[in-house]
This record gives sequence, structure tokens and C-alpha cells, in this order.
Amino acid sequence: MAEKGPDEKQFSRRDFLKTTGVATGGIIGGSLLGGFVGFNMNGDSGGDTAQNDQESGGDIAQGQQDPGRVFFHNDAEFETISQAMERIFPEDDMGPGAITLGAPYFLDMQLAGQYGNNTREYMQGPFYAGETTQGYQARLRRAELFRLGIERLNAEANEQFDDDFSNLDGEDQDEILTRFQEGEADLGVPEDTAKPEDFFGLLRSATIEGVYADPLYRGNRGMEGWKMKNFPGHQYQYIDRIQSDSMVEIDPQPLFGGDHNGNGNG
Amino acid sequence: MATEMDRVDVVTVGVGWTGGIVAAEAAKAGLQVVGLERGRERGTEDYQHIHDEYKYAIRYELMQDVSKETLTFRNSRDQRALPMRQLGSFLLGENLGGAGTHWNGQTWRFLPYDFEIRSMTEERYGSEKLRDDDGYRVQDWGITYDELEPYFDQFEKTAGISGEENPLSGPRSNPYPTPPMMKTRILEMFEEASSNLGYDPIMMPSANLSEQFENPDGQTIAACQYCGFCERFGCEYGAKSSPEVTVIPAARETGNFEVRTHSNVVEILTDEDDDSQVTGVRYVDTRTGEEFIQPADVVVLNSYVFNNYKLLRVSDIGQQYDPETEEGTLGRNYCYQIFGGATGYFDEQFNTFMGAGALGMAFDNYNGDNFDHSDLDFLHGGNMAITQTGNRPIATNTIRPDTPSWGSEFKKESIENYTRTLRVQGQGASLPHKDNYIDLDDEYTDAYGIPLVQLTYNFTDQDVSAQKYLAEKAAEVVEEMGANEVVVDAEISDYSIVPYQSTHNTGGTVMGDDPETSVTNNWLQHWDRDNLFVVGAGSFVHNSGYNPTATVGALAYRCAEGVIRFAEEGGRLEEE
Ligand SMILES: Cc1cc2nc3c(=O)[nH]c(=O)nc-3n(C[C@H](O)[C@H](O)[C@H](O)COP(=O)(O)OP(=O)(O)OC[C@H]3O[C@@H](n4cnc5c(N)ncnc54)[C@H](O)[C@@H]3O)c2cc1C
Ligand code: SF4
Repeated sequence: MAEKGPDEKQFSRRDFLKTTGVATGGIIGGSLLGGFVGFNMNGDSGGDTAQNDQESGGDIAQGQQDPGRVFFHNDAEFETISQAMERIFPEDDMGPGAITLGAPYFLDMQLAGQYGNNTREYMQGPFYAGETTQGYQARLRRAELFRLGIERLNAEANEQFDDDFSNLDGEDQDEILTRFQEGEADLGVPEDTAKPEDFFGLLRSATIEGVYADPLYRGNRGMEGWKMKNFPGHQYQYIDRIQSDSMVEIDPQPLFGGDHNGNGNG
Repeated sequence: MATEMDRVDVVTVGVGWTGGIVAAEAAKAGLQVVGLERGRERGTEDYQHIHDEYKYAIRYELMQDVSKETLTFRNSRDQRALPMRQLGSFLLGENLGGAGTHWNGQTWRFLPYDFEIRSMTEERYGSEKLRDDDGYRVQDWGITYDELEPYFDQFEKTAGISGEENPLSGPRSNPYPTPPMMKTRILEMFEEASSNLGYDPIMMPSANLSEQFENPDGQTIAACQYCGFCERFGCEYGAKSSPEVTVIPAARETGNFEVRTHSNVVEILTDEDDDSQVTGVRYVDTRTGEEFIQPADVVVLNSYVFNNYKLLRVSDIGQQYDPETEEGTLGRNYCYQIFGGATGYFDEQFNTFMGAGALGMAFDNYNGDNFDHSDLDFLHGGNMAITQTGNRPIATNTIRPDTPSWGSEFKKESIENYTRTLRVQGQGASLPHKDNYIDLDDEYTDAYGIPLVQLTYNFTDQDVSAQKYLAEKAAEVVEEMGANEVVVDAEISDYSIVPYQSTHNTGGTVMGDDPETSVTNNWLQHWDRDNLFVVGAGSFVHNSGYNPTATVGALAYRCAEGVIRFAEEGGRLEEE
């Protein structure tokens, strides 16, 4: 293990809170702090993950720093989607969840670019709902579908539990997500515009992608996603180890920059 | 007005494996060749940052840009065909090298049985077994394995394939050019288990080379480093045989070959006065939008199954297949594949993240007609294999069937199983059925305003039976390997275009010895146009229980020989 944690060079969340004079108890809302909101609010110490080592022990909500957002300007939207992603890949005794791993920031960047705008997909009309064997047929681009999905997560939450999605406890959030997954939620648009299960499917895969993609994409913070799976990331070769009779543990290495805990020896 | 270019001897439409092979052979024979490729130039130097699962394997950086061109799909004629809006079931190639850039390199020859499937089945089991009445259209290829063997040999030498003798495949004139890849613990477990069960396991023939090799064209292919980023990626070492490290440089070195990238061919030009000839092609510069005409003495279609079909159809060459009357040959015999396998759960952790695209072991005891079909309700079978291709974390989330697909339980299972599950699977053959075919869509168009290809396809009941059979056999192997728990694949139902299955699409422009049931003769020369050749997996009359590219490569060498002979002598090649 390399000694340097990924956060050493990064902006310290605690410093930020100190310098802005915000009390640690009440970080809900507020544009200045938007990026921190909801980060592992329900979590306990989180001290078992490398990036939290320097900060554990306090009552500050643990999690990653805000690398800035390009797609979600609205804090409430970001908070909602972050929590939904955390339900897909929650923090538990296996290790960090989607939020600590930065998956929402991964999604934020993706939605602002090629992925969000479906630039490499066939988006010519006409649009018809189609059979499941025919695949995604929505008229909405992913960026639009995520915005709509977030809106509808809150609508469903209010209808069923009289509160916004992000204020519900985990079980109630799961119930709502399941309604989307099973196509029961009301997306508020015709089927040929988009189906609730389309939104859920994208949310699920984007979460997994954000957890395990190279840290280059702002998720998989500290390569903690890879570490849970024993995946060593970018190694130049395995030719000298592939015939080993037992499992070989290798420190993971990102594509760029040896400061992600990689030892660079590939 | 389209700009007319100088006439050349040969133009190839598309420069992947088939285009590269035809170009190299023709250029070596002294013919002037132009390769028109709709995508961009690329080569080994572009793969330096290739170990990026998200960009290359999930977002398909190297593959076809379907915003410009895709196909429409339906399971049956009574459904509305809808566009495949994002890649999924198969990953179409684009740019120099085509899909040969990001293939795995599992390089199998089809079996002697494949080429004569109709006659051999009839002979052994009687004609009832062919099930013509149920709509199956099993037919011989108009070429035998023995006739094709020298071309298989040539392809394997060009690619430097690493492998060992397979007791259950057709006879070989030469051993593989390079020895098999390294055997790993996972492979040894499979070898032991399948030998115990009485099968004949061998190392998978691989285009990830076991050692550095100089091929007969003088091109050097490096030794595989087992980096684990092979399928869907280019090789940063130049160790995976691809058109960019073999046939394309060989063609270029002759001085007779020019690749013109960003050139999308939209039409094959026909001769108004002579309906036995074509005169060249029309293409669009994809960057400027300008149109060009490239006159040529010989036109060769190397643009993969769907575009080979499409260019013939939009240029009105040949007759479209009609599933009602079964008249017409263009578009018939579209086939795909099925996968029947089983997953074993172990306590032990394996180095599943290490690997190479064609690192594996396999046996052919349930492939072709290597086993008795008398009491079975399907024909053919599949190659049973274990592969260690390098599992990557976004795509590999193996969970038991009753596990939820998200949440804590999902997370636990998918993490634990990442290094603790091994899978054995049969790659099953698919036979032609009259209801599976390709056509042109009448609603959706591509970026050039040309109709999209329309695919009508579903698994047949033979597919369902074969898949189930192979899955059960795979389960026995996994069990013998010592798994704690074995999960057999669920039975297949309707074909879906969504999950990746294989880029082993076949048919649509099939070869044969009868113009009533094929589009080209066995030199891949079009029946109606003497100077037009069409080659690729679209030439397959059915799909076998193997990956296609060795057979595609062999046919491309056969085609190249035909092109050269035609350039010298002209006329019909089937009239010897
Ligand atoms: C992920 C993946 C893994 C695979 N693994 C294996 C494997 O292990 N073993 C195996 O045997 N096979 C494998 N294959 C299949 C193998 O890649 C193909 O069989 C082979 O590359 C086909 O070669 P081709 O020349 O016929 O077509 P392609 O490689 O598709 O080349 C066609 C070329 O034509 C160009 N083109 C198309 N239309 C036009 C047009 N209108 N104008 C100009 N240019 C055009 C395309 O851009 C492309 O470059 C795999 C494929 C994929 C995608
Ligand atoms: S596994 Fe081997 S052939 Fe494949 S990309 Fe890596 S080094 Fe190249």
C-alpha cells in the first residue's frame, strides 16, 4: 500500500467547513455547500475507508470533497440522485457506497457530455414504445430523462409518503425505486417518450459505472470500488503472474497519475 | 456533382480483415487497389491508454457510431421494426481494421460437417431430420472443408495463430504457426474435469500470440502480455493479430494500395449497357459531405454482413428474399448464435482479472455431428469452452438468480463472486429458418438519407433445445471442477437486441453452387455481376458452433484468389 491517500492533495472538507464558519450540525441546503449535502449523512464514522482516515472520528458527515458540478446546478436535484444512487450501491460492511465513492459526480460529468446527449446513438424519430427485446426507444436524451426521473422520484415520494425523496428513510426510498424498476411508477409522460423502467435501468447502470470506472471519471474514489473487488485496475501485463496457483493481490493502479495509491510497477 | 476519380483495378468497400486480406493479396499480385473505409485511420499507437473499461467496453469508443447508421429490428413480421438506438447484442466495427481491432482472437476453423451439413445429415439420419417442413432451410455451402483448407492455413499463418492439434476438427495440412498460450490454474481445472468426463480438451486457437512471430508477408506480431484488456480494446503491444498489424501494412508496402478513410460508400454503380458488370462505387466524404465516384474494374464488398447486404439492395443488384414466397436470395439465411452454459461458485479466489482475449480451453465433443443426434430434437451443437479473458468490474457482476439486482445484497454477492465464479459455456450453432432474414426498412434512414437495414429474427425451437442441452453439459463440467454450487443458464426465449451476445452475425449474402439459393458462387463472385465480389460472415450459409473469423479469413483468401484470377482472365469463375 502506498502511504499517500488520494485526498491529501485535495481540498479538505473539514478546512472548508472551518473557514466558512458553518456549524457541522446543520449542513442542509445552501448553494455554497451544495456539493456536500447528503454525503453519507446517514453513515457512521466511515473510518474504514482510506480516504476518510484523516477525518474520521468527528461528527462531520463523511464522504468525498466536492470536485465541482457541471450538470446538476440545483442542490436538491443532486441530493435526490445521490441518495438514489446510494440505495443502489449502499455503504455497508463490504465498504463504501456510491456517495463516498463519488458516483454522483461521475454521473454529473457524464450527463453534461456525450453520454447525457446520446451523441453516438440513433435519435431520429419517429418514436414508438416497442417491445423490451427492441431496447431503449425513448425520445428523451439521458440528460432529460434523469431530470424527469428526479422530478418523478419526488412526486412519487410525496404522493406515497408525504415528503421529498431525500427526506425518506432507506426502506421507503427502496420502495419507490422498486416502483420505477417494475414500471409501476408514473413518469408523467407517454410510453413512447420514456418508461419508468428506462430511468431505473440507467440509474442502476450509471451507479455501477460510477463505482467501478477509472478514477479519471471522478467516481471510484481512491480506487475503493476496485479494492472491494480485488480488481487491480490498469496493469501493464500479467505475463509473469498469470500462472500462479493462488490468487495474487495487487495494489490497484489507475490509468493516469500514480497518486491514486498505485505503485506504478504494473 | 460527384467528382470522378482515376480508375483503379480493384476497389474494396471497407478495410477490416476481409478488406485487408483482399487488398494485400491483390496488391501483391500487382493490381492497383483502393480501400474505401468510412471510419478513420488508426493503429497500435492509438491504444496507449486503452485499459479503460468505461470508455472502450461500456461506451464503445472503437465501434460503429450508430447516430449515423444502425439497423431496425423486430422478432417477427407482425411486429413493428424499431431502430437499434444503441449498440448491444453485437458490436459493429468501424474505422481502419474494423471489428478486427477489438476482437478477442479466438480463431476456430469450422468443421467439415458445416460445409456439407445437408448432405451429411441426410446420409446419417435421413432427410426427415432436416425438418424442411418446419421451415428450416439447411443447405450445403457449395464448397468443402478440404477445398477451403489451404485458405484456412493461409489465414492462420498470416495471423500467426497459437494453438494445438484438435482431435475433433478437420484435418490440417500444417501445425499452428505458434505454440499454444500459457495454461493457467483455471484452465487446468477445466482440462482435468473435462478429461475425467471423457472429453478431448485442447487449448483454444488464439490470435493473441504466445510468442513473437514474423508472418509470411514479413509482418511482425508481438507476444501477448496477458493484460486482460483484449475484447473490445485494441492491443497496445501489437500482440493481437489485427488487420492493422498484418494485412494492411503488407498491402501498403507493395506501393499498390491506397486507403481512403472517411469515405462512406453509398452505392455500387452498374453499367447501363451491360448488366453483367458493375463500374465502380459512389461514396461520400464523411467530413466534407462531398461525393465521389471511384471507377474500378473489380468491386469487392468487405463492409460486414449488414452493409454488404445493404449496398447490394440499394444498388438494386440481385433479388430480395421474400419470406412469403421464399423467392429471391438477397437477405435470406440470416443466422446468429446461442450460448448454453453454467456458472460455478467456489470458495477459492481466482485471478479472474488477468487474462487474454483468446486464453481458454475447449472441447468439440458436442459440436457439429461429433455426437449422435438420433434421439435429439436439434441438429449441430457447440464448442464447449472456458475462457480467461480478464473480467472487468463494471461489466462483471455475477449474482445468484434469486439475488436482487441492486442494494446491499447485490453489492455483497457481486463483489464476492467477482473472483469466485467460473463459467463454462457452449457456443451453439444456429441454422437458417425461412422467417429469419434481412430486408430494408421503409421508415428509418441513415445519415445519408438511405434506408436502414431491417432485421427480422428470433430464436427457433432448435435453438431452444440446443441451448438447453449445451447448458446441461456445461453444468456437469463445472460440477466436476469442484464448484460448491452450480447455476445452469435459464432457457432462452425471444431473441433480444439489448444484451451483448456475440458479433457473430451471419448470412444475408450467402455463397453456394446454385443461384436459386445463393447470392455468390464459391469464389464469392456475385451470380449476376461478374466483376463484383461479396465476402464476409454474410457469405455463411448457416452459423457454426464457433467464432467466425478463421472461416471469414479463409473465405477472404479464396475471394482474393478469385479477384486476381478474374482480373487476369475475366468471365465466370465457377466454370472451371
Ligand atoms: C467484441 C468482439 C469480439 C469478437 N471476438 C471474436 C473472436 O474471438 N473470434 C472470432 O472469430 N471473431 C470475433 N469477433 C468477430 C470478428 O471481429 C469479425 O468476424 C471480423 O472482424 C469481421 O471482419 P470483416 O472484414 O468481415 O468486417 P469488419 O471488421 O466489420 O470490417 C468492415 C469494415 O467496413 C467498413 N464499412 C462498413 N460499411 C461501409 C461503407 N458503406 N463504406 C465504407 N466502409 C464501410 C467498416 O467501417 C469496417 O471497418 C469479435 C467481434 C467483436 C466486435
Ligand atoms: S491480452 Fe494480449 S493480445 Fe490482448 S490486448 Fe493484452 S497484450 Fe494484447
